[in-house]
Amino acid sequence: MRTKYLKGVARLAGLASVLPLAGCQLDTLDPKGPVGDQIRHLIVESTVAMLIVVVPTIILVCYFAWKYRASNTEAEYLPKWSHSNKIEVAIWGIPTLIILFLAVITYQTCHSLDPYRPLDEEAQTKPLNVEVVALDWKWLFIYPDEGIATVNQLAIPVNQPVHFVITSDAVMNSFFIPRLGSMIYAMAGMQTQLHLMATEPGDYLGESANYSGRGFSDMKFRTLAMPKDQYDAWVEKVRSSSDQLDGQTYARLAAPSEAEPVKYFSHVEGNLFDTIVAKYNNGMVMDKSTGKMIQVQSAMSDMNMKE
Amino acid sequence: MLGRLSFADIPVDVPILVGTFLGVAIIGITVLGLITYYGKWGYLWKEWFTSVDHKRLAIMYVVVGLLALARGFADAIMMRTQLALAYAGNPGYLPPHHYDQIFSAHGTIMIFFMAMVIMTALFNLIVPLQIGARDVAFPFLNNLSFWMTTVAFALINLSLFVGEFSQCGWLAYPPLSETQFSPGVGVDYYIWAVQLSGVGTLLTGVNFFVTIVKMRAPGMTWMKLPVFCWTALCACVLIMVAFPVLTVAVALLGLDRYFGMHFFTNDGGGNQMLYLDLIWAWGHPEVYILIIPAFGVFSEVVPTFSEKPLFGYATMVYATCAIMVLSFLVWVHHFFTMGAGADVNAFFGIMTMVISIPTGVKLFNWMFTMYKGRVEFHATMYWAIGFMITFSIGGMTGVMMAIPAADFVLHNSLFLIAHFHNVIIGGVYFGYVCGMNFWAPKALGFKFNEAWGKRAFWCWFVGFYVAFMPLYVLGFDGMTRRMNHYDNPAWYPWMLVAEVGAVLIFFGIACQLIQIYVSIRDRNLAENVDVTGDPWNARSLEWSTSSPPPPYNFAIIPHIHELDAFMHDKENGIDTRHAGGPYEPIHMPKNTAAGFFIGAFSFVLGFAAIWYIWWLAAIALVGVFATVIARSANHDVDYYIPAEEVARIENEHSRKLMAQAAE
Repeated sequence: MRTKYLKGVARLAGLASVLPLAGCQLDTLDPKGPVGDQIRHLIVESTVAMLIVVVPTIILVCYFAWKYRASNTEAEYLPKWSHSNKIEVAIWGIPTLIILFLAVITYQTCHSLDPYRPLDEEAQTKPLNVEVVALDWKWLFIYPDEGIATVNQLAIPVNQPVHFVITSDAVMNSFFIPRLGSMIYAMAGMQTQLHLMATEPGDYLGESANYSGRGFSDMKFRTLAMPKDQYDAWVEKVRSSSDQLDGQTYARLAAPSEAEPVKYFSHVEGNLFDTIVAKYNNGMVMDKSTGKMIQVQSAMSDMNMKE
Repeated sequence: MLGRLSFADIPVDVPILVGTFLGVAIIGITVLGLITYYGKWGYLWKEWFTSVDHKRLAIMYVVVGLLALARGFADAIMMRTQLALAYAGNPGYLPPHHYDQIFSAHGTIMIFFMAMVIMTALFNLIVPLQIGARDVAFPFLNNLSFWMTTVAFALINLSLFVGEFSQCGWLAYPPLSETQFSPGVGVDYYIWAVQLSGVGTLLTGVNFFVTIVKMRAPGMTWMKLPVFCWTALCACVLIMVAFPVLTVAVALLGLDRYFGMHFFTNDGGGNQMLYLDLIWAWGHPEVYILIIPAFGVFSEVVPTFSEKPLFGYATMVYATCAIMVLSFLVWVHHFFTMGAGADVNAFFGIMTMVISIPTGVKLFNWMFTMYKGRVEFHATMYWAIGFMITFSIGGMTGVMMAIPAADFVLHNSLFLIAHFHNVIIGGVYFGYVCGMNFWAPKALGFKFNEAWGKRAFWCWFVGFYVAFMPLYVLGFDGMTRRMNHYDNPAWYPWMLVAEVGAVLIFFGIACQLIQIYVSIRDRNLAENVDVTGDPWNARSLEWSTSSPPPPYNFAIIPHIHELDAFMHDKENGIDTRHAGGPYEPIHMPKNTAAGFFIGAFSFVLGFAAIWYIWWLAAIALVGVFATVIARSANHDVDYYIPAEEVARIENEHSRKLMAQAAE
């Protein structure tokens, strides 16, 4: 009995020693791209700024409570004292200064890390375009320039920015790759945008960060960041798939399903992404370059769209 | 005949629910049997259910709030246990259909029926007493509020055994909550429960707002109003402005579901983003509705147990009002990731941070109240100090998430869950428990047990950190909320730690229940009975009456000269009670059954509408209106307590006071 108990304690101690180690590799604090890097820097900077107030506050709360405990009759007791202009100035002033500092970096980072803003790297390197469709309960990735599509697997070349355009053909989801940085909602009839880049090859978790119903927990994908040559080979592999994404296949794919395996489509028929957005907008879609609404001439008039 | 209700909707195939049903049935039958055995039905009906006495309603609210706490916590520990098991291919013991209902119910119940209800209990108990009033402005509406809230809570619990509850989270975001994606009755249960309790809350807001504005004792100018009443006033303003928005948002969702309209649907021109804006235009003020009264509690407790006035009363008032106004300017921070522009996000992010300034000031005020005081480590003070430490951390993580760019990786993660439990448990819950310990003698006439109170505190305090600090880490590690199972080995150990924390919190709740039991058992011991009505040598008017106070609260309405009116009177040898009279007959409201019946008919209406039993809904609706009309036509709603009766009660109390002083 006792040895069992000791073993349990030993196991817990082992667990406790592992926990801090795990802390060094937390996804969002060990990012693999420039967006994640900047956000990590922002989180650390703002936390340090706030700790300047929070740590002394906690210490002073404990210290005052202890020092002025009723049993300590040696401590000074001012039964009427309840106002001090000096203290008032300090307790309004110091937090205001810190918030002023945080407000400045908030404004700056809102602009520099705006998910719609092209990355600085896009000035030199043309971004890879990926259209993302959140479905019940899987992710469809369309590569419009390559003419291919995948389900629940996103391959990207390292050191090339990726421009995501995101919508949903079901409920609201949030497109999120923790190792790369920002997330953004996927909503039916709307197109949100996100710019990310991977600087290290790897196999990163992708997920929905907004609960979407029964199959939500398995609505995950792998993000394969790979060197350019491997990426090209991957594209060829997808192109060699016998499956094609036409109207009927899409309708079957869009029907609710859980824990969907990875699928490759060697060909995507017509302007599928625009068609998906347009069906919630009376056949219209916003042209992202001009901001004007245009009629989508669907190549998939036979597409059996679910409402 | 029964709409869409059939025997297939009774979940007899889910062992957890069958077990719960049997447990509830056995306890329920036992309680009902005991009441019948002791012949207490008439007493309960006459003295409690139909009572318009704010002090009795307060106690009934606490009972409902504790039941909701038990239900909400049962949901919580089931979720934690699921996530401690459902790893690497193990599906756990809760399939998504059940698990999704549990997290939706947990949030709904904890906010609407635990936190809001205990907050309303404290308003009821303390506000009229602190401002020297004999009752609230609208005593009947007060009773009606209680029953609307209570039947809504009953309805939400009925969904356990008849049909199902919503699987859309506690705010039922569309389009998931629309008929297309959630055709079952779950969302309808949510809609009706929220709407019925919303009526109760809105009436409470109006009632206490009018009470504080119109019924303060003579001489109690605004800057002599106790801070708890200031916080109640601000919370009532927020309720009056914010709750109608909730009612409209949920009603529009109901129109979508019942009449096929398209406010928030994917198709037909609906816009889900509109719902997010509306629900959070209520939802963010709502969290301040909960926390501001908790700030009020600490502002009463810390001075009392530091034997010193509150530091910076005026600052406290201004800070509270500033928070009230600012809380309407921050709602977009709940969806920075929806794609609004950089400037919009920046505005709402910065406004959110600005709120932390007055909030921080409050914290410093309590700190400097202890400074050069005589701090007594009463159980009540444990909760207050535990709050100050915990809330500082919760505030900091809140500001982190207020930076939109940081929120882009923290949004909807377990970091968010850790943050809001940090402020809701560490702020709201600690505050309300602190308040219940502080004011228990006033409500009940005896003090709560100290030892069990401190044990409860330590279990909760340590349990909170063990349960929620791992969630901060998991949030950084990319784990999102509302997951049913996962396969990331890095998450697993933290989930086990969180489970241990949940068990510690279970012990905390157990200690609280034992504390209540022991306190009631030992209520007649000399050290527990509150003879004087002022067991803590406290500062405000509620302590100048006997414990529990007589039905009319104050035989003679006190005149207010100073802030901390009762302390001022004690120091200057003024008898706040004016013992000896002369007394006059006191005008009082009569008890009424109308609130109970309106509530009961509303319950039937909600249930019938959920199941499309239209004939029954029509009858219930007629019942609601008939009761309202009957009540409006009834002019026999008041009576007078004769002066002799007042003199008898007051002299009895004076005699006890003198006997105590002689000892």
